[in-house]
Amino acid sequence: MSALLSVNGLEKTFGQVVAARDINVDIPQGQTVGIIGANGAGKTTFVNMITGHLTPSAGTIRFEDRDITGLPSRTIMRLGIARSFQVAQVFPTFSVFENLCAATAIARSGTSVIGAALSRFVSAETSADAETAIAQFQIAQFRDALASTLPQGVRKLLDIAMATAGNPRVLLLDEPTSGISLEEKFGLMDVIMGALKARGTTILFVEHDMEIVQRFADRVLAFYDGTVIADGSPAEALGDERVREFITGTLIRSKDGKLSAGRASHA
Amino acid sequence: MTGLRILLGAAILGGLGAAAPFTPLWLISLVTLAMSTGLVVCGLIILWRGGLVPFGQALFFATGAYTVALSGRWFGVTDAFLLIALAVTMAALVAFVVGFLLAQYREIFFAMLSLALSMILYGVLVKSETLGSTDGINVAQASFFGMKPRGPGYTFALFWLALGMVFSAWLGVSAYLGSVAGQLAGAIRDNEIRVEYLGISVTRLVHLKLTISAALAGAGGALAALSISHVDPQMAYWTTSGGFVFVTILAGAASVPAAFLGALLFEIVRTIAVALLPGGWQLILGSVLLLTILFVPEGLGSLMIRKRATAPEKGAA
Repeated sequence: MSALLSVNGLEKTFGQVVAARDINVDIPQGQTVGIIGANGAGKTTFVNMITGHLTPSAGTIRFEDRDITGLPSRTIMRLGIARSFQVAQVFPTFSVFENLCAATAIARSGTSVIGAALSRFVSAETSADAETAIAQFQIAQFRDALASTLPQGVRKLLDIAMATAGNPRVLLLDEPTSGISLEEKFGLMDVIMGALKARGTTILFVEHDMEIVQRFADRVLAFYDGTVIADGSPAEALGDERVREFITGTLIRSKDGKLSAGRASHA
Repeated sequence: MTGLRILLGAAILGGLGAAAPFTPLWLISLVTLAMSTGLVVCGLIILWRGGLVPFGQALFFATGAYTVALSGRWFGVTDAFLLIALAVTMAALVAFVVGFLLAQYREIFFAMLSLALSMILYGVLVKSETLGSTDGINVAQASFFGMKPRGPGYTFALFWLALGMVFSAWLGVSAYLGSVAGQLAGAIRDNEIRVEYLGISVTRLVHLKLTISAALAGAGGALAALSISHVDPQMAYWTTSGGFVFVTILAGAASVPAAFLGALLFEIVRTIAVALLPGGWQLILGSVLLLTILFVPEGLGSLMIRKRATAPEKGAA
């Protein structure tokens, strides 16, 4: 039984800058993977390559035994890999309900724009799907509010709810709790994980808060300098010496390469 | 759209049709011409909702008009319905081809590139003797299912044809605006990245919008050609495109009927302005545009549709 998502020798360079190198990861169905690392360690580059936002310079990405390296993002999305964004990507002039109708309508009408021209935007099916998502993500009180007026946490939930409209098998969440206050983070993650677990979605989430990672991840990938320096259970990965040194621990390396005392929390 | 609305629309257009024999001919011609502009504006609304403003829609308008003129001259086609079908097909075909380029662009680049393409057609029409050069081509009188009405009857027939086209455009465009592709116009304007990540191509959506809007512009051009009985390169000139954009601002993108009312208002204001100030009618037209932008920035349609802060179904009138 091979992995659902399999990454081999993945590399990305921007001119002289190496943003990712030699990334090898196999992710089985149903796992919840926390991705940690300091800013610039290559976490988002990794997510961007898997979702087709960036084309890898080298290496392969396989999903369900199919090579998806370099495919356009909408094709990858259609195959079953969705994502949310660090800055929530919603339609500000649409209400929450309309945002979800857009997501469910596209998921239902297919890739063809002719199909999209021939199916109703608000139909019994699309509104039922939208209402289900609203209930699952617990945003009913904002149903008719314009997305531009939503609090940050609700906008994040809407972004993720839209990403799950096509029932993806893999969902990548880029910093789902960034910009959220410390008190609200756990509540937000509970809602997200509750909604996704019900669907059996395989989840990869980028996170800076180690308490969140310990609580929600089955497995942790620690990124440093463009590659994975630790991969294992939260206890193993967070206990790793280099992870403690470079990411979570008592020492952080500043840009000029000096090590200094302090907590590398970017939360 | 509810059955009641369709019935109401049909009743209004039917009433207009029945009133034709009791109306001065010049007024009927004016309204027919306004409807041809309204058809083009319907197409502009489709693009406008996606944040796209073409300054070269005359390309498709002229394509439709010249298709009518040349089909008559070269192939002896006289049936009005066939002529219009040919014009719509040609305009959509041209849009489908140039769409591979145009759909890659947004905002001012989309606007200016579409203008550039229309000016290329203008240049070709002016230079080409076979296409009538600056003088243009006369359009032979059309027949309707083998009938050949003459005199006032021809004006009536064209008017009724125009009413039928308006009705079809209204139904078709309303259905399109309520579809997934139609509603995604606002989504494209808001956030293209999100649309792509929902699994549909923004470029292809824009391409489709352009092709539909061109089909409508072609229909408008065909009706104008039949109504004026003449086509000339001015139909492809940028001021013609500017007029369409003018009416779209006047009408707003909120509703399809507003496109026709806006076009009618435009024709009436222009006719009055020319009568009042033969040398400076543009001054009056410009002032009307200024007042529209100042006081009714969302166009006439926004007055017709009650504004809903949180519309459960975005105004697909």
